[in-house]
Amino acid sequence: MDLSSINPILLLASLMVAATPILLAGLGELVVERAGVLNLGVEGMMITGAICGFAIAVETGSPVAGFIGAALGGALLSLLFAGLTQFALANQVASGLALTLFGLGLSALLGQSYVGIRPPPTAKLDIPLLGDIPVLGRIVFAHDWMVYFGLILTLAVWALLKLTRAGLILRAVGENHDAAHALGYKVVRVRVMAILFGGACAGMGGAYISLVRVPQWTEGMTAGAGWIALALVVFASWKAGRVLLGAYLFGGVTVLQLNLQAAGVDIPVEYLSMSPYLITILVLVILSADRSRAPGSLGRIFHASS
Amino acid sequence: MKFTRLLTGAVLALGLAGTAIAEEKTKVGFIYVGPIGDGGYTYEHNQGRLAVEEHFGDKVETIYQESVPEGADAERAITQMALSGADIIFTTSFGFMDSTVNVAAKFPDVKFEHATGYKRADNLATYSARFYEGRSVLGVLAGRLTKTNKIGYIGSFPIPEVIRGINAAYIQAKRVNPDIEFNIIWAYTWFDPAKEADAATALIEQGNDVILQHTDSTAPSAAAKTKGDIITFGQASDMAEYKPAPRVSSIIDNWGPYYIERVGAVMDGTWESQDTWAGIDDGMVVIGEITDRVPAEVKEEALALRDAIASGEQHPFTGPLNKQDGSVWLEEGQHADDDTLLGMNFYVEGIKGTIPQ
Repeated sequence: MDLSSINPILLLASLMVAATPILLAGLGELVVERAGVLNLGVEGMMITGAICGFAIAVETGSPVAGFIGAALGGALLSLLFAGLTQFALANQVASGLALTLFGLGLSALLGQSYVGIRPPPTAKLDIPLLGDIPVLGRIVFAHDWMVYFGLILTLAVWALLKLTRAGLILRAVGENHDAAHALGYKVVRVRVMAILFGGACAGMGGAYISLVRVPQWTEGMTAGAGWIALALVVFASWKAGRVLLGAYLFGGVTVLQLNLQAAGVDIPVEYLSMSPYLITILVLVILSADRSRAPGSLGRIFHASS
Repeated sequence: MKFTRLLTGAVLALGLAGTAIAEEKTKVGFIYVGPIGDGGYTYEHNQGRLAVEEHFGDKVETIYQESVPEGADAERAITQMALSGADIIFTTSFGFMDSTVNVAAKFPDVKFEHATGYKRADNLATYSARFYEGRSVLGVLAGRLTKTNKIGYIGSFPIPEVIRGINAAYIQAKRVNPDIEFNIIWAYTWFDPAKEADAATALIEQGNDVILQHTDSTAPSAAAKTKGDIITFGQASDMAEYKPAPRVSSIIDNWGPYYIERVGAVMDGTWESQDTWAGIDDGMVVIGEITDRVPAEVKEEALALRDAIASGEQHPFTGPLNKQDGSVWLEEGQHADDDTLLGMNFYVEGIKGTIPQ
């Protein structure tokens, strides 16, 4: 066992990289579910975002354009879900699963000519002075800008839901859509916007995998990250801060256990391997002892006539 | 009543028509563990499928299902394929073993072939490649090319096939460079690019400058490329897009000739359940181009070992070899027998860490 071979600064950097995709996708799904819609298509939207972002970043040479493209791609795909569930009143669970299958197929088709290409590197945010602070500077101020974007987005989602009138309306729609409708709020319009936001976030999360974390395009490369993000929202009791905590815990323990394995730590690998799931669930379940519950109208179909 | 009879008749007629069509073409099914675009293991199986199509043309119809999870759902996928009229079904991952055995028992008229497993039946054959022969060659390159004397190894699951590969690579790397150590990460997945990349990153950040992998995607090479002067190898497929570095060579699984032979056997009725385990000399395991990143004499040394293994002159597991606990495994000049290799569940002497049980 040789723990000295683990460099804590590099470890922390990898931790943030591993956490960001599920953080972004989780925040998107959080807003969708707070509006009372259960979209199980996160995996499909992530993988679509991964290829849209990758393709656009390669074609334009700009990772920023790539992430914007990924957000658009994810949102476009989620529009399909919005149409099915909000206008055709289809079952949300079935539509979400269909969206995942469709997204996986679509991305494989779109990605055929992008196998084996290297994307343009996403710039590290090198803040002068701050980045030069010993140790702390490297830990806090030397990541790519998407990591900070994820943190800012968490704050923004929290503030939106907690402090603004728009957030209050969104939560009202999610808690009781009939009451919200009776008060004159446009339930369907609010939900469609939430779904689009969720799609955009999932798309960016996917693009973070294909542009930064791996970085390359491979079919099916999200490999279940979307489902992790979905589970995270539930365990985080639909609270933005806890999604952040959960994502960093999960990403952190994942990376940490790989590092411990590489360093030959004398803990059975099976335990190391299951630790990200166990620790994340444990911490979030303990936190949710405050009787937080799911939005009241989650997964229910709304029609103005009922 | 009449209506029901009509329906039954229609169903029967359809069924008969279905059989008639099936008799004209041999239907060949493939169950894949990853997507065909993984650039590695499943990609090569799919190349094998395409080779079958090209060879037999109109006489075959191939079907496949990709990204089938290992476990209960595999049984459903294989059953569905058998029901759809497949004459022979190749299940291409170790974890499909029990599912294949179960489905094969239910469909005695359908031929099954399971890759890398060891359970057989009258209508269930097994086939695998001696990947470990290729890993010996990569071991030479790894031992010669490392500057830090730390070699990282990304394993999938602790099954005999993977452990065999680790041992084979280690023996040769240690022989050419006694100072090396192996650092092994078990990813517990065959295909998860993000996790594979994370594992490669963790190994590189801890000073391993050569990465061997036994997972299916090109992600470790992609991660290595962003980290400076790191050496990687193509796994299961050539992974040529990462030439000349980080990927300096590769083990290619060449399934096409085998699939053509076995589908041909189904067509002329000579198919029998058997166990195939072919290596470099049969052309089932191919060493991909060794790039110019490798010094000429090292390249020659690796190729010499490849040729010696192919000719049978050298066995990758030749004594004297001890097990990890120091007990004697093979005496001087003794070769490992296939049964021991097939069930290998121990490290050879010198490798650190324990194998997860």
